[in-house]
Amino acid sequence: MEKKYAITVDDLTVAYNYKPVLWDIDLAIPEGVLMAIVGPNGAGKSTLIKSILGIIKPIAGSVKIFGKPYKKQHQEVAYVPQKGSVDWDFPTTALDVVMMGTYGSLGWIKRPGQKEKKAALEALEKVGMLSFKSRQISQLSGGQQQRIFLARALVQNASIYLMDEPFQGVDATTEKAIINILKELRKAGKTLIVVHHDLQTVPEYFDWVTFLNVKKIATGPVKDIFNDGNLTKTYGINYKVSVQE
Amino acid sequence: MSSAQIEIQIIACLVAVACAIPGTFLVLRKMAMISDAISHSILPGIVIGFFLTEDLNSPWLILLAAMTGVITVVLVEFIQKTGLVKEDTAIGLVFPTLFSIGVILIAKNANDVHLDVDVVFLGELAYAPSYRFLINGMDLGPKSLWVIGTILLVTLLLLITFFKELKISTFDKQLAATLGFSPVVVHYGLMSIASVTTVGAFDAVGAILVVALMIAPAAIAYLLTNDLKKMLVIAVFSGIASALTGYWIAHYLDASIAGSIATVLGVLFLLVYLFAPKKGLISVLFRQKRQQMEVYLLTFLLHLQNHTEESERHLNHLSEHINWGKIRSKTVLDLALKNNMIIIENNIISLTEKGQGFTEKAIDYITTNSTVAIEKMKEDFFLFRG
Ligand SMILES: Nc1ncnc2c1ncn2[C@@H]1O[C@H](COP(=O)(O)OP(=O)(O)OP(=O)(O)O)[C@@H](O)[C@H]1O
Ligand SMILES: [Mg+2]
Repeated sequence: MEKKYAITVDDLTVAYNYKPVLWDIDLAIPEGVLMAIVGPNGAGKSTLIKSILGIIKPIAGSVKIFGKPYKKQHQEVAYVPQKGSVDWDFPTTALDVVMMGTYGSLGWIKRPGQKEKKAALEALEKVGMLSFKSRQISQLSGGQQQRIFLARALVQNASIYLMDEPFQGVDATTEKAIINILKELRKAGKTLIVVHHDLQTVPEYFDWVTFLNVKKIATGPVKDIFNDGNLTKTYGINYKVSVQE
Repeated sequence: MSSAQIEIQIIACLVAVACAIPGTFLVLRKMAMISDAISHSILPGIVIGFFLTEDLNSPWLILLAAMTGVITVVLVEFIQKTGLVKEDTAIGLVFPTLFSIGVILIAKNANDVHLDVDVVFLGELAYAPSYRFLINGMDLGPKSLWVIGTILLVTLLLLITFFKELKISTFDKQLAATLGFSPVVVHYGLMSIASVTTVGAFDAVGAILVVALMIAPAAIAYLLTNDLKKMLVIAVFSGIASALTGYWIAHYLDASIAGSIATVLGVLFLLVYLFAPKKGLISVLFRQKRQQMEVYLLTFLLHLQNHTEESERHLNHLSEHINWGKIRSKTVLDLALKNNMIIIENNIISLTEKGQGFTEKAIDYITTNSTVAIEKMKEDFFLFRG
């Protein structure tokens, strides 16, 4: 096997209170792809991402990051949660939140310094949020909060980025800006996995796609498998998207 | 001041600081109730520890009783995880059970235990200086000063060492976990410190004041700042201030010191709750009022911009068509005049250049919702702030 896989998921079954929401998933994500995960609400997309991150323990199967379990590889992975699992009223600023992304590489005890601050400021600049750096986070709009989380993932300087609906609640300009950042990251050899709801934009944004609905329906290059057949299988209704070339 | 008075005040201040630090994180984690639960459920630990050591200040007793505190947290979380009851119910189930075990233990052994429930709960700072720490007959000061001093030192060391970990796991548990900082370890570390502090301080100040000193200063600080470090500092200082003020009030009224300190904490919180510059009730009400006014002003300016015909811009029109009462019409008009946004000639209102520009910016913001537009407006307008 020549190809290098960023993430391999093997026979993964995940259940909440013994009710399986992901059945026997096998998935091998090649390094350097920009991949969309698509599927209806409740399909288990967020659950899949959380199991990759080890936040949820599966009842069967395993996940490997570059061939090793997540615990040993957490520095390689950055995560942008669906809607921040954070306490918005926490006394902290946008800059501070972005700095938290650097904590992983610092490890226990060591404190962030000038280098980390500089990285955080650069990331804020990249997502166009520099002028908001001292704002308390609850005083940001939903889309701005989303960008802060993206910036926080950027400073983690990881090899793999897992993003749960990063375009939720952001305007069209921001969406374009974010996708450009993602494409840049892919050019730099990073692997990006993005839960995405807007089927229209899949061919334009992504080069790899996974269809998921409790079971894995299909996974592969967008140009080969993004078709009405797979969409219908995933969404259950007769699906037709007009794929623009 | 006698040396006993000075000692009492030092002890009170040390307890205040030792409580404010874990208290800040408990408040931020919305776990204030847990500290109440711990303060009660340590009783069986204290009683058993007292049987074994016969000394309320023994480190073994403190560790044993603190363990009961941590067990409380474990039990609460266990019951909660079953998904059958909510957290508050779980707390309400666990601590009375543990507490009553303590009460039964005391009652059963009343003859050989010089320990009573009142002392555990109310403590008596006034007596703290009478238990001395003696080594080879040398008097090294009150025992509780050493106990609480040691606990405070450990707390400070842990806070400085693990500040980043505490912050991230309180703010975003999931991120902490994915970055490799086990939130569980941090959580139980914090719970252990809270328990040890509660046990170490109860003998001097009583369990009730421990709870007050953990929660009130943190709640006060929370209303005053948006910065975690400042929040810790403010919490520490409001704890100290309340301890000293409370002590002197008790002194002059010849009342219980612990009760007096707790009262001062309550009053201080009330004052901050009312008068805090940003989050205080009065400032919030004031801001709401002002924002409402600004919305009226904007409505008025938009109307002027929309209508070039003079009939729509006549002074009387304001109350007739926009359907505003006299007072509101006048305030809006005054506000617009004061800001040079309109001029009035022959009872006809027109936008000035400034008013025109401002209105356009506002429309720009309303239609595009663009952040650039709003950032510019913020400088001259209150409405779009935070
Ligand atoms: N904490 C939980 N406890 C119990 N069931 C859960 C929990 N979280 C999710 N589920 C269930 O698991 C299933 C998958 O949820 P998941 O959040 O992974 O869906 P999703 O594909 O991300 O959906 P969406 O598009 O709405 O974000 C759903 O049926 C959901 O109800
Ligand atoms: Mg989801």
